[in-house]
Parts: sequence; structure tokens; C-alpha cells
Amino acid sequence: MSAKTRSALLALWFLFAAPAGSLMVPSALAQQKTLKFVPEADLRSLDPIWTTAYITRNYGYMVYDTLFAVNDKFEVQPQMVDKWRLSDDKLSYTFSLRDGLKWHDGQPVKSSDCIASIERWAKRDALGQKLADLTEGWTVVDDKTFTLKLKKPFPLTLDALAKPSSNVPFIMPERVAKTDAFTQITESIGSGPFKMVKEEWVPGNKVVFVKNTDYVPRQEPPSWAAGGKTVKVDRVEWVYIPDSATAAAALNAGEVDWWQMVPPDLVPLLAKNKDIKVENTDPLGSIGILRFNQLHPPFNNAKMRQALLYLVNQQDYALAIAGDPKQGKPCPSFFTCGSPAESKVGSEILTGKRDLAKAKQLIAEAGYKGEKIVVLSATDQPIVHSQGLVTMELLKAAGLNAELAANDWGTLINRRAVREPIDKGGWSIFHTWLVGPDMTNPAINYPMRGVGEKSWFGWPTDPKMEELRNAWFDATDPSQQQQLIDAMQKHAWETVPFIPTAQFVIPTAYRSNVSGLLISPVAFLWNVEKK
Amino acid sequence: MLGYTIRRLLATIPVIGMVALFVFCLLYLTPGDPAAVIAGDIATVDDIERIRHQLGLDQAFLPRFWVWASAVLRGDLGISIFTNLPVTQLIAQRIGPTLSLASCTLIVAVLVAVPMGVIGAWKAGKLIDRLVMLFSVAGFSMPVFVLAYVLIYVFAIDLDWLPVQGYVPLQDGFWPWLSHLILPSIALGTIYIALIARITRAAMLEVLAQDYVRTAHAKGLAPSAVLMRHALKNAAVPIVTIIGIGIALLISGVVVTESVFAIPGIGRLTVDAILRRDYPIIQGVILLFSTIYVLVNLAVDLSYRFFDPRIQY
Repeated sequence: MSAKTRSALLALWFLFAAPAGSLMVPSALAQQKTLKFVPEADLRSLDPIWTTAYITRNYGYMVYDTLFAVNDKFEVQPQMVDKWRLSDDKLSYTFSLRDGLKWHDGQPVKSSDCIASIERWAKRDALGQKLADLTEGWTVVDDKTFTLKLKKPFPLTLDALAKPSSNVPFIMPERVAKTDAFTQITESIGSGPFKMVKEEWVPGNKVVFVKNTDYVPRQEPPSWAAGGKTVKVDRVEWVYIPDSATAAAALNAGEVDWWQMVPPDLVPLLAKNKDIKVENTDPLGSIGILRFNQLHPPFNNAKMRQALLYLVNQQDYALAIAGDPKQGKPCPSFFTCGSPAESKVGSEILTGKRDLAKAKQLIAEAGYKGEKIVVLSATDQPIVHSQGLVTMELLKAAGLNAELAANDWGTLINRRAVREPIDKGGWSIFHTWLVGPDMTNPAINYPMRGVGEKSWFGWPTDPKMEELRNAWFDATDPSQQQQLIDAMQKHAWETVPFIPTAQFVIPTAYRSNVSGLLISPVAFLWNVEKK
Repeated sequence: MLGYTIRRLLATIPVIGMVALFVFCLLYLTPGDPAAVIAGDIATVDDIERIRHQLGLDQAFLPRFWVWASAVLRGDLGISIFTNLPVTQLIAQRIGPTLSLASCTLIVAVLVAVPMGVIGAWKAGKLIDRLVMLFSVAGFSMPVFVLAYVLIYVFAIDLDWLPVQGYVPLQDGFWPWLSHLILPSIALGTIYIALIARITRAAMLEVLAQDYVRTAHAKGLAPSAVLMRHALKNAAVPIVTIIGIGIALLISGVVVTESVFAIPGIGRLTVDAILRRDYPIIQGVILLFSTIYVLVNLAVDLSYRFFDPRIQY
């Protein structure tokens, strides 16, 4: 054998045989219980305050913890907080942290961390801003006790600190929370039930978490984001699979354990496999939204917006989005159906017989002169695009000059921020959806707001709506609060800030050796077991 | 030859510079930016403006280009706007899977296509030639994603021989690495097999009609020796050219394949970056691609001399 041949064989051995040999060594990973979870989206940012993206919120729940949390009865429960009290004048809250709270680097969680975190969150979140406006100051009493002094009583203080969806007031170490609220943080150190293994993070592919063995769960049973967050696996891998057919195949083949959001058309395929369970674990689902641009004709005229109320058939939208009546249903309320704030006031306008003649009459009264209507749509977002297609049919049926501007989601969300008229790149209608928890009360129901240019895209100006909202903030009695919610809804049927198109649930699917999934609006990974 | 190589390498510098300028202009002129994506669905225009300002996206063209270009000259491709990770780190994470997929695909394509083309030419007009042509037409006509789903269904789900998706690095074991690449390589390689087989067959048909081939046969050489030593070597220039072009096409082909098989490669990195307007990644990846294109073309040009000594540089 020549030296050249020997070298070549040696190189081949190194290339092929040596790595193959590594298969023989039992890996430590193989001994661990690893849950492979296909999340709803790719995790792009590690800062749940910097972005409102739901995937980053979900990451936040893995890594961070909150002072308070909401349970399945919509009750605020202490989470990191052990005890709290409110002064008799209702102006001063005192919070004590529970024992055993530690950051992932082993340092204890202190009062100053909590204050810095809430202050950063309050700079980005609308409810947080409301709390900040009413705050006189935060004070550290000792490492585990701190106080909040208010300028005037704010009955929603604890609700704000327990806000369940974006932006969630997650608690971070003080040095991290001191980062400007508009600058992204780079660390991933929380005190939550999981630790992120940042070295194994491959954006666009995989996020790895391990159990935080220092985490001390609360004793209460888990309920939404409240209660004991007991981790029952050693390691969780978020495996992002962009193609839904591939994700279905991977779940069928047992390569992944749990697929968070299954497109409706793939449910029958998965349901055939006896080793897979397909369920609805989200009690509130999501709400489809048809949003108008109120700055320019024709939808700056309330009658034009009202006309669409007589055309929209929520059953059609539900079917278009969810594909199955079991996954989608009408929700003729501006507040999430199934939540305490759900209102039935004036709902008959959406549940009654669809009335094309009435719609045409309103369009005529509005003085519509055939102005072009641009409906923004995103073909890479089936929930958005399916709503856009249904709306286009309605507009055409009403004889309106409508055009569908179908692009990707990135283009849509850039274009909807354009305040100019249509001939300068503006728009008339766009669709989106919000998760149920984001519309459960007037404080967080952003599409309802009427503060002009500071409103959500579409920019309605509606002083009466703001007046009702402010009155709701000040209301202390639940029945008075509900009256104000009803009044807001009654007013909204007249001004039509948006039209709720449907309430739908995206089913989840998991292998039968997985159990303990929580019924919750967020896919929490604590309490989940894998046999 | 050395002088030619150095001249060609030097010529890549202005080419890449022009590409960089072009890409920067294109992204600058494209409506929209990442600020709206970062702000998320529940945001206001004020939030978006503030993020835009924080990221420096509200600056004029020249200052932005200067900051970026001077960093690139120092070898710094910037930081991803979303993940906050260096672009070089993201590319380094993703280059392995893409190189593995591309090399496996090329190896499969060349090993299958060249013999197919040679046999097709040798048996021109006969059944085997018609089968080669049939495969070529079918290979061209079948979209990559359709073939990919069929392969997944048959080999990963029905037969359970191979994994559905994902990628395992070579250092985690040869078989896990290879097993994750077999189906993607076949899916992606089919179109290249068809392309290379057709070109090989056409080039071989031309060469087989030459006088020197007839002479070789007349000398009593075995048909295999005539085919491999005389005909194939002389037909190599167009074949190598098409393989070179294939490498360039491969870069676009991996985008679909990586998405279907959930392979965390450069293709998916690019698509994800475009969808969310992550400018530093888009610019970095396009610079990388253009460099690869230029180097592959150079390698192809240099290889001509190996196959045809008459070519002088």
C-alpha cells in the first residue's frame, strides 16, 4: 500500500468511521426526557418588552416569572409575590416576594429587580403607561419588600401587573431591566421555570431550554399563568418547522412530540393516527378583525363602516379561517366571547339577517362616489388572507370599487402604518387577529381606542369612547364596569372602529405519550409530561 | 495561469463592491423596514417611529451606507436586527447544513447524471436512450417540493427508513448526518440530474461523431476505453460548465428544499430575513452568494485547461 493510499484511507476513516463511532457512545442527552415542541413561529427576539410578538411572549413565560398572574377564572393571583396589602386610602400597595426566588445565575431576586422591570414594561405597554401615569413612586423597603405609591386609586393595579398577554410584565434582573425600553436586551437570565441554553439557539431552527432546578413552584395547582409551574421534563426543544406538511409528517413519524398550531386542513390527516391526539386547549381562541382606515374616504364616513355590519356574516369568516365549524364560531362582541367582558348589547346587528339592501342604502347615504378601496392582505398568513378574500366578495356584492393588495405580512404591516391617501401608498381595510386575552377588557382592547393618531392603525378619533374607557378605569364595582363595557359596545356599533369577524381556535396536536397539557390561552410547557 | 488566476481574483473585488452597492440601494428603496415587524401587531405608528430611530433606519442613504460599507471592509457584516446576533455567527451556524446539502446533491447529480448521459449517447435511439430522455423530461417537469413530499411520504412515513426533517451535524455521527440528507439531496438533485444528463448526452453525441473516435474504435480499443478516455474527456468542457451553472442554481434551489425538510441552512436564513426585513442578514448573505458565484465561475474556467490543454490563459 503506497503512502498516498494509506493517507487517503486514513482521511476516509476520519471522515466517516470516526464520527459513526460516536454513535456507539451513549449520549447524556439520550438519558434525558426531552420534549420536542413545534411552536407557532420562529423565535426571533429575546425581549418580550421590546416586541409584542406572541412567540417572544411565550418564550418570556418559559424564562421569566411575573409578580401576579391571572387564572382560568380571570382572577388575579400572586405569583412571585407572597403577600401584598393595600392601604386603607387605596393609594399604597406593599408587596413581599416569596422565598426561594433566584435568577438563573444563582443570584437572589430582589425588590429593585421588580421595580426596574415594571418601570421598563410601563414605558412600552398601554396598560403599563396608564399605571405609570398614576404612579407617584416605587420604593424598596428591603430586598424582598417594596411599595407602590399611587397618585389616585387605580382599581386595575393588580390586573396590570398580572397582564397575561403582550406585553407581559415579566420580571428581569435590574441590570437588564435598566436597558432602554426601545433597545433590545441581549441576555436570557430570568427566574422562571426553564433556562434557555443560548449556545444551542439556532434562530430559524431550534431553541433549547432545560429545567431550572432552582425554581420553587407555588403549591397551588397550575391554572393559566398562575399556580405551580412544575416542570416534568429535563429539556424542551422548540423545533421550528416552517412547512406545515412537514410538521405533520414529523409528528406522524414521532420525530416531534407536540405541534402547537395545526392548520385546519391537516387535522383530519393527524386524527387518523391513533398515536396522536388533536385537541383545542385554548379556551378563548382568537378574534378575527376587519379594520378600517378612518383618515380617508370612503371609510372616514361612519355610514360606510356601518354598511359593512349588514354585510359581514361571521359564519363565513369562521369557516374561511378555521375550515371546520368546531374550530370557528361567531362572536358578535367587541370583547372576547367567553370572557367576563363579553357583551351582547347590540349584537343583533351581526347576528340578524344579512341585509344587502340596507347596506346599499347606507352606502348611498354616505355619498360614496366610487372611490377606490384597497384591502391589504398577506398571502403568507392564511388567517389574514382568508378574511381578505371574504371581505372582497362582500365589497364587490355591494358594488364597491375594491382592490385586493395581496403581499407578504411584512409588507402589510409596513403599509398599514402609512397614513397617506391611497394614491400615495395608503389603504382602506386590513385584517388581522388578536388572541382572546388581548380583548378581554377596555384597558387592553387597543382596536377600540379613539385617540386619533395615537390610536392603533386606522386612527379613529372618538372622544366619547375614550370618556367611557376612562370611566371604566375609575369604576370599582364590577356591575358598574360591565355597564360601561356595554355602553362602549353600544357606541362601537355606531362608530364601528373595527368589525370582529369570528372567534376561532387553532387546534393543537401531540403524541399520546405526552400528557398534562394545560387548558390555557398560551401554550405553557410546565406540567407537561412525556412517558 | 497563475497571473490569470490572480487577475481574476482581483477582478472579484469590484464585482462584489458593485453587488454590495446594488443590494444596499435595493433594500433602501424597498418600501417598509423591520421596525413595523419588531413592533408587532399591537403597536402604534409612534412605537414604530421610535424603533426606526433607535435602529438608525431614519438616517439618510449615505451615512447608512458608509457605516455598513466601512464595517464590511473590516470584515464585520453587522448584527441581526431581530436576534441581536452577529451576521457572521448566523452564517457560520447555517453554512454547514447548506454545504452538506449542496455537496451531497452535486455528488448524487454528477454520479448519476454523467453515466446516464454517456450511456444515452452510446445507445442513442435505443430504448435505454429513450428512458434517459424520459427521465430528463420528468426531472425537469417535477417541482422540487412535490417530489420532496412524495419522498417524505414513501420513505419517511410509509417505510420509516429515513427521517422526515431536520439536520444533524457530521460530528454527531456519519449515518445521522447522511440519513437527514438523502431525501433532500434526491429531491433537489433530480432536476440537476436531468440537466446534466441531457448536456452530457448532447456533448457526447457530438464527440462520438468525430474522426478520432472512429479511429480509436478502428484501433481495436474496448468501447469503455473509447467512451471514458477519448470521448468523455473531450466532451467535458460543456459538462463542467453546466455543473458550474448548476452550483449557482443550487443556491436558489436549496431555499425550497431547506424549507420543506426544515434544514437550518443559508436558504432559509435568507428567506426568513427577507420576510422580516432583517437588512444586515440579507446584505451579508447576498455578499456571500456573490462571492461563491464568482469563485465557482473562476474554478470552472480554470478547470477547462485541465480537460482541454489547448485552452491558454
